[in-house]
Amino acid sequence: MSENYENMEFFAPGHGMCAGCAAPIIVRWILKLAGPNTIVTNATGCLEVVTTAYPRTSWRVPWLHIAFENAAAAAAGVEAATRAKGEKLNIIAFGGDGGTVDIGFQALSGMVERGHNVLYILYDNEAYMNTGIQRSGATPWGAWTTTSKVGNANPIGKMRPKKPIAKILAAHDIPYAATANPAFFQDFKKKVKKALSIEGPKFLHVLSSCTTGWRHDPSKTIEILRLATDTGLFPLYEIENGDFENMRITYKPKKFKPVEEYLKMQGRFRHLFKNPEYVKKLQRDVDEWWAKYGKYYCP
Amino acid sequence: MEVITRGAVIPEPGNSVENKTGTWRVFKPIIHYEKCIRCLICWQFCPEPAILKIDDEKVKKETPAPKEPLKRLPVVEIDYDYCKGCGICYNECPVNAIEFVKEEK
Amino acid sequence: MKVMIRGNESIAYAFKLARVQVVPAYPITPSTLVPEKISEFIANGEMKAEFVPVESEHSALSAAIGASAKGVRVGTATASQGLALMHEILFIASGMRLPIVMGIGNRALSAPINIWCDHQDMMSQRDAGWMQFYAESNQEGLDLGVMAFKIAEDERVLLPAMVGIDAFVLTHTVEPVELPEQKEVDDFLGEFVPHYVTLDPEKPATLGSFGFPEHYMEFKYGQWIAMERAKKVIDEVFSKFEEKFGRKYAKVTPEFTEDADILLVTMGSMTSTTREFVKRMRENGKKVGLVKLTVFRPFPKEELKEILKNAKVVAVLERNISFGFGGAVYAEISSALSSLKEKPKIVDFIIGLGGRDITFKSLEAALRIAERAMKEEVDEINWIDVNKEAVLKAEGLL
Repeated sequence: MSENYENMEFFAPGHGMCAGCAAPIIVRWILKLAGPNTIVTNATGCLEVVTTAYPRTSWRVPWLHIAFENAAAAAAGVEAATRAKGEKLNIIAFGGDGGTVDIGFQALSGMVERGHNVLYILYDNEAYMNTGIQRSGATPWGAWTTTSKVGNANPIGKMRPKKPIAKILAAHDIPYAATANPAFFQDFKKKVKKALSIEGPKFLHVLSSCTTGWRHDPSKTIEILRLATDTGLFPLYEIENGDFENMRITYKPKKFKPVEEYLKMQGRFRHLFKNPEYVKKLQRDVDEWWAKYGKYYCP
Repeated sequence: MEVITRGAVIPEPGNSVENKTGTWRVFKPIIHYEKCIRCLICWQFCPEPAILKIDDEKVKKETPAPKEPLKRLPVVEIDYDYCKGCGICYNECPVNAIEFVKEEK
Repeated sequence: MKVMIRGNESIAYAFKLARVQVVPAYPITPSTLVPEKISEFIANGEMKAEFVPVESEHSALSAAIGASAKGVRVGTATASQGLALMHEILFIASGMRLPIVMGIGNRALSAPINIWCDHQDMMSQRDAGWMQFYAESNQEGLDLGVMAFKIAEDERVLLPAMVGIDAFVLTHTVEPVELPEQKEVDDFLGEFVPHYVTLDPEKPATLGSFGFPEHYMEFKYGQWIAMERAKKVIDEVFSKFEEKFGRKYAKVTPEFTEDADILLVTMGSMTSTTREFVKRMRENGKKVGLVKLTVFRPFPKEELKEILKNAKVVAVLERNISFGFGGAVYAEISSALSSLKEKPKIVDFIIGLGGRDITFKSLEAALRIAERAMKEEVDEINWIDVNKEAVLKAEGLL
């Protein structure tokens, strides 16, 4: 970790991620912070498909994809092999929300329980975007997706809240579980560096906007991500060794923005404005969360 | 690299640079160096990456800057071979030094 | 050194002797003893390997791929439902050309859940691109286990391999086994060198890429070529093994076949019972022979054709069923013999599913049908030792 590779690019341009996708920003920086002595495993998803279309790859570190639900298990196998060979490398697994909170959850839970020295990165764009915007366990309440459609009988869209995956991983008592947002760049970098410096299983839940699924202008990617946290909807925190009592909220807006500022910028929430109760409900959820956890703010 | 490798392995790291994704562009960012404070935010948030950070002494000196001391800092340059024209740089630039114009084909 | 061990221990010893470096495994009856034994070897300091006690078979094979891709020798074991759960990943291991070796405690598939022997689990993975070996005894389990690494890792092959040992009949039954010396196995296998691209930061490669229609078929053709080439490599490895260890192996082994009218084709442990049965029949003057099939993938078409061509009736005894057709082995043998001008009559016997014993009585029943087939038409697919009346009643047919 002593060397600085921030001026090197381990993720090459020419990939097929949509213009304005946040995922490559996240990946690019995690690789810069990890450096060349890194092996990546990747769950099936946008990131995997459009960065490795044979015979071209965007990866400049060793990279392995097996299937959708097993990035964590693949990483565990790679890590076991590095131990067998006496090598010391950063093993990083990338998974989207579907591959992490839904279909890949078992493998992830098993990997961290066994204590593999792996950094698992969830880049969470809040739906199955690669297959065309289907709802996942990470889709928030009120979001339109192609499987939580909005109509006369369902004016809300997804009727269930988002799975609190970082807390679930923290409850495995792993050394490090945190949420991060690339729009809060220094906080994001600090958490990645910290995670990389810790021995054992680490989990980082990074919010990643999707221009097509969230229905927003590509240039607004960072702006929207910033609002996710400045409205309080996506709080940034970290929990070490499952110690919820000493959970640390690492950023708190000086003045919270109303949730509607975040919602109104995205087509997936447009229908919520037909009934003021919906926006109020989301504001209430945020206020309740902060009333309960705000005390953990620890700059 | 051979046309077909065993197991579909791609042995050439980062050879996606062969894909010139600049052809996707509809809008084009243009940096106005006389306004650019070289904060690197655009470089930081470029998803391709298609914004280069140039740390060359000659380039740093010769590129215009709003204030002379800024010329000590690295210069950003857009690589239009890869820039898809998402406009994140334009949107995030704190001093409006990036213009975003319709691409002329 | 002669040891008294169970079939599962044969697999575990094969892994130990092959100096397997990573073993990701998940317990499942009847193969649980494999990871248990590996765990014991490691705990005692007898084996230097990383054991990864994964949370599912799906993860076991995923981790196996991860470790193999990193460039170490990998072994795992499973059975039945566990193998079925791996289904998706089996194709990926072979598609990525990783020489993983897996011991299978051949067990029936649910429903109803049943932990006993048949070959449905491995047969159902016939098209997954893995080589398939079936052991008759614990000795064969160990020997094939060791040889599987040499074959799988050969530069001309690079395909994963399964070694099947029958549930309980072998997995849990103690048999005398000649345990080779470590040095001898080291000489035989040589040091592990991955003849494939690995995950190496010095040479960063992308493994598991996305294949478009313009390339996909070429990768599949590559696997096809590898499986074809494996036929010769298997023969070479079998003969090198015989030279070194004195035990003879063949993809297909004929016994009492020269003048035989009826040939009984067997796989796995049923071969031993059938051999004794054939000897008894020979004493009774019946011209019956035995053909043991050890390698099912790649399918030894040519050898079978040569061995079976002069028989009047080929009776295929098999512990699997492809519903809507018949037995899988029968299908493949029929196809292998289809180019013969004068071909034997081929009759299929579905036998010993879900651990039903295969006894002399079962074999007599099959032989009676085979003998009738010499003179008259018989059913193509024959279920042996089944209470048909009870089934027909349940199905509303009686």
